[in-house]
Amino acid sequence: MRLEPRDHLPPWLALATPLIAVAAALALAGGLIALAGAPVLRAYGLIVTEAFGSRLAATETLTRAIPLILTGLAAAVAFRARLWNIGAEGQLYLGAVAAVTVSSLLIPDWPPIVQIPVLLVAGAAAGMVLLLLPLWLRLRFQVDEVVTTLLLNFVAVLFVSMLIDTVLKDPMAFGWPQSLPISDNGMLPRLVARSRLHVGLVIAVALALVVWFVQARTTFGLQSRAAGLSPGGAVFAGVPLGRTLVLVAMISGGLAGLAGAVEVMGVKGYVTTDLSPGYGYSGIVVAMLAGLNPLGVVAAALFTAMMYVGADGMSRAMGIPTYIADVTVALSLLSMLVALFFTRYRIRR
Amino acid sequence: MNEMMDILGSAGLWAAVLRIATPLIFGTLGALLCERAGVLNLGIEGIMTFGAMAGWLAVYQGCDLWTGLLVAAICGGIFGALHAGLTVTLGLSQHVSGLGVTLFAASLSYYLFRLMVPVAGTPPTVTPFAPVHIPVLSDLPFLGAALFNQTAPTWLAIGLAIALAWVLFRTPLGLAIRMTGENPQAADAQGLNPTALRYGAVIAGSALMAVGGAFLTLSAFNSFFPTMVQGRGWICIALVVFASWRPGRALLGALLFAFFDAFQLRLQTVLTGDLPYQIFLMIPYILSIVALAVMARRARVPQALMKPYRRGERI
Repeated sequence: MRLEPRDHLPPWLALATPLIAVAAALALAGGLIALAGAPVLRAYGLIVTEAFGSRLAATETLTRAIPLILTGLAAAVAFRARLWNIGAEGQLYLGAVAAVTVSSLLIPDWPPIVQIPVLLVAGAAAGMVLLLLPLWLRLRFQVDEVVTTLLLNFVAVLFVSMLIDTVLKDPMAFGWPQSLPISDNGMLPRLVARSRLHVGLVIAVALALVVWFVQARTTFGLQSRAAGLSPGGAVFAGVPLGRTLVLVAMISGGLAGLAGAVEVMGVKGYVTTDLSPGYGYSGIVVAMLAGLNPLGVVAAALFTAMMYVGADGMSRAMGIPTYIADVTVALSLLSMLVALFFTRYRIRR
Repeated sequence: MNEMMDILGSAGLWAAVLRIATPLIFGTLGALLCERAGVLNLGIEGIMTFGAMAGWLAVYQGCDLWTGLLVAAICGGIFGALHAGLTVTLGLSQHVSGLGVTLFAASLSYYLFRLMVPVAGTPPTVTPFAPVHIPVLSDLPFLGAALFNQTAPTWLAIGLAIALAWVLFRTPLGLAIRMTGENPQAADAQGLNPTALRYGAVIAGSALMAVGGAFLTLSAFNSFFPTMVQGRGWICIALVVFASWRPGRALLGALLFAFFDAFQLRLQTVLTGDLPYQIFLMIPYILSIVALAVMARRARVPQALMKPYRRGERI
């Protein structure tokens, strides 16, 4: 038996890869469900019905998918250029807190038509700034951005916690650590009445289309891919490497910051330090499952949201630990990695 | 100013430095060993979490403390084998598979912990390691309380740093490991087996990381709770760069880092009310970033770090 690189990848296999990976992850998670003494097949069924079985469940799953699409896009854009932005979690928090600050302290009375775009831009800008710092460290001092973006996640959450304790403290929250609320004029409109689903879904899907267009159809898209595939070759071909990476970082950080702004403007209206159950990290899984394809990100985010909402409900119903959702999502990343290997190589006897 | 001198003169500060440094020493040595063989192991954060859980759980189920550390080491080794399988055999991105291992190991440890230990009002505890009494030294005034009042794993960590330095720079095995991290083709041509060396280094390194995690639950504290590793793994990755991939400097770096951390903890109680406490908590992370920026260009990176090797294939 030996490995042989594939010279081309049939389209059906490219599409089947994530499905096979997800199936493998679910099978492995089944072992853990069985370990907890719960009936595995019924558990799988419950995941689907808890995620899509009712109007409430379906809108809840879609609501969960919104920040995942945006952080997934953030990771996909950056990874394609081999910019290892693992800091989406911190960027998301800064984006959320920027939207709250601008809305509650500066422009609470502006009408929605003006205020909402301003808040979205503020959130995206905050995310950009937090990613441009590690990129500057990489370009200036050759510091690996993986570690710096990871460490900045902790700094960002502590910074948000500090603001919530001081200038952004909500005096009406009875001492709960939560920020001032966004003014009513800054909240995103509901998409479906009597649910939490908001216009953020439209924004996220539209941005996926825009990112796809930019990557597939523009010079910059080609340059960012070249920068990722072979930085030396890209420079040789005349790609301005530094400028391309700065643009990639602005898009990636901006998308992650936007995820935070959209989440806070769409769902709760105020920031707490548990605003995100790891959307930034799950975004990496989403991007990998999607094969870094912006349109695939939408589908992968839906799957991940289904796992979170569905497995959460299932584990409550069956009395097993809710962490099964996180385990399954992590397992799908690992099995996707293995599956990616077999899209590049095949085994020959 | 007087308060600062009081802090520096207290035995408690210096005892805390060694205690805070211990998991960092284990983790940094583990990451350093992996990287010397050419594999970046970002699984560290999750592996430390799993080690903290597995070691604690073993002791909670009735094993003695050293068996707990051993259980943690074995679990760490298993995750190391997983990471090596993905990055050495399959040659996948070391960044992404490391993060995958972290997400998997961390979430699995929370899941298993919840499965084995029912929810309770107060978290269940174990009896942690007691400080080792060293004749004469532990009885010295001030120095005894400041330096010679540590638990056994702390001494083990310091001994390991010396042992790893000796293995890496004074033995044929160490030369082979370093060669694999610098130039696996040349190592292969010499009749060494880069794949086996990388597997060995990643498995042993991951075992060390897990022991560092277990120190948290079996010596520094006495219970396990989610997110208790708090980015220590990432700090270890930064410390490896700071140490320029040398075990002796890793030991010094971890101690220096722990000194700042212990100092800020005490400063926090003195300056309470003057500054938000979050500022103090940010210091360790910011310090790591600054250390990286200062050292990154001077550090000599293993040349084949993050480059997969497969015989007869060009990278």
